[in-house]
Amino acid sequence: MPTHSLPSGQVEWRRRTPRAVLLRWVCWLLGVLLVVQCWQIMNADTIWEFVYDAPAQGADLLGRMWPPRWSVMDKLWWPLWDTLNMATLGTALGVVLGVPVAFLAARTTTPSAAIARPIALLIIVSSRSINSLIWALLLVTVMGPGVLAGILAIALRSIGFIGKLLYEALEETDPKQIEAITATGASGAQRIAYGFVPQIMPTFAGISVYRWDINIRESTVLGLVGAGGIGLQLNASVSRLAWPEVTVMFIAILCTVAVSEWVSARVRAAII
Amino acid sequence: MLRIDDAKPMLRIRGLTKTYRSGDKALDGVDLDVPRGQLMALIGPSGAGKSTLIRCVNRLVEPTAGEVVVDGGPVTGLGGGALRAARRRMGMIFQEYALVERLSVMENVLSGRLGYVGFWASWLRRYPQSDIDEAFRLIERCGLSGMHDKRADQLSGGQRQRVGICRALIQNPALLLVDEPTASLDPKTSRQVMRLLVELCAERNLAAIVNIHDVALAQMFVQRIVGLRAGRIVFDGPPDALTTETLTAIYGEEDWNASRPTEEDEEDEAAARAIAARLAAEAR
Repeated sequence: MPTHSLPSGQVEWRRRTPRAVLLRWVCWLLGVLLVVQCWQIMNADTIWEFVYDAPAQGADLLGRMWPPRWSVMDKLWWPLWDTLNMATLGTALGVVLGVPVAFLAARTTTPSAAIARPIALLIIVSSRSINSLIWALLLVTVMGPGVLAGILAIALRSIGFIGKLLYEALEETDPKQIEAITATGASGAQRIAYGFVPQIMPTFAGISVYRWDINIRESTVLGLVGAGGIGLQLNASVSRLAWPEVTVMFIAILCTVAVSEWVSARVRAAII
Repeated sequence: MLRIDDAKPMLRIRGLTKTYRSGDKALDGVDLDVPRGQLMALIGPSGAGKSTLIRCVNRLVEPTAGEVVVDGGPVTGLGGGALRAARRRMGMIFQEYALVERLSVMENVLSGRLGYVGFWASWLRRYPQSDIDEAFRLIERCGLSGMHDKRADQLSGGQRQRVGICRALIQNPALLLVDEPTASLDPKTSRQVMRLLVELCAERNLAAIVNIHDVALAQMFVQRIVGLRAGRIVFDGPPDALTTETLTAIYGEEDWNASRPTEEDEEDEAAARAIAARLAAEAR
């Protein structure tokens, strides 16, 4: 009870009860202790001599990366195109697989809360908990290196992202519009087509474009584990210590990502 | 001479009871007959079970016990396709219109035909020409000519409710279930919408149950008033039979003769209600 009567008859009001105030102080104290503890663990495993040396090492590396060797660009166009395709096809596949999963996972649309929903949620969690890079690592091991492994890695990661955001949108739909459609005698599929789909359409388009944008960034590194695209070239150049080539690749990746962000921002602005 | 058809009630409710899982008894053995062509107002305080009653008729809410018969066919106990077929004979009109906001007026009106057309026809918006003709007729009849391509979220409250009426009527219903049709509208629009409902019910000889808070508005337009209190019918009669005693029986103690609300009060109240509805919609 945050109110409290004084002997004079006045009623005092506080935002929190004394118990709540104490609890908040205890939580802050625990937080500070955690930070101190983490600092100690990090301190134990760091070789500070290397860290003191870092600015000099960094300057040295930058010196070796400059000037960029622009001639390597001729070899980069094709891998860049591969990277874009990997992201786009992977996103498309992720959408195709993620949308049904979202409908199975949403409380409002699931055909069975006891069986289908937990399975769909499990698919979403497993897909989300594993990074694209790890998916790619697994797939390259299973099916050999190449762009296909990259596409599948992107798609597997995207299912969870699209599935989760879309099923949350499905659960936040206006129930009155659905009720009205049900009252006309519509079938289950028609309820989805007329009650749910129009309501989630802007969210769906936004999610898909946003994921495509993320996937372009992620697909640039998938080559590091052999899944094709520009990452493969990057890995090769780093191994050969060809730092001027690495600079060109960084610039190429930066430009690609900037363009994809611009495109996705434009598309999202057009939808909303 | 009465035809057999006219003698039979369009809606027949017997012993309708609804107990919610929380233990609240929303309806307690309601018996009600509504004949063809009758516009009946259901009044009562908030929580009396008005909304539950009409939702039990088309089974948006599952009744705990009792029987509902529409046009001679039982509705209670139906499932799947039979329930859907029964629902298309009952048009429903909602308090906050419940239009699909991102679809056009035409799509909203045609959605009233969903019970009659297959999935692919509805998904591809390939409705039979007869449905489209009827949709245009209704849009014009309800004063929305030329608005068929507008999106529902671009319309005013009164226009939206007219679209809601078109959607219910294109179902070719035998019975209209109307839930607080004017609660989100200003007094003038409220009267226009009620007048339209009265005219359309007369034109099509429809039975209708109208849940309504505004007793004065109900008295102005309907032929019969039923008062519900705590899930039981406590009044059933013509509008002029409503006295201060019956109002007290329905709503509880209150000085009913004290100053009638002036037009200004009504408008303020309607405006306040509209703001509250908008805030509620935004909160969702």
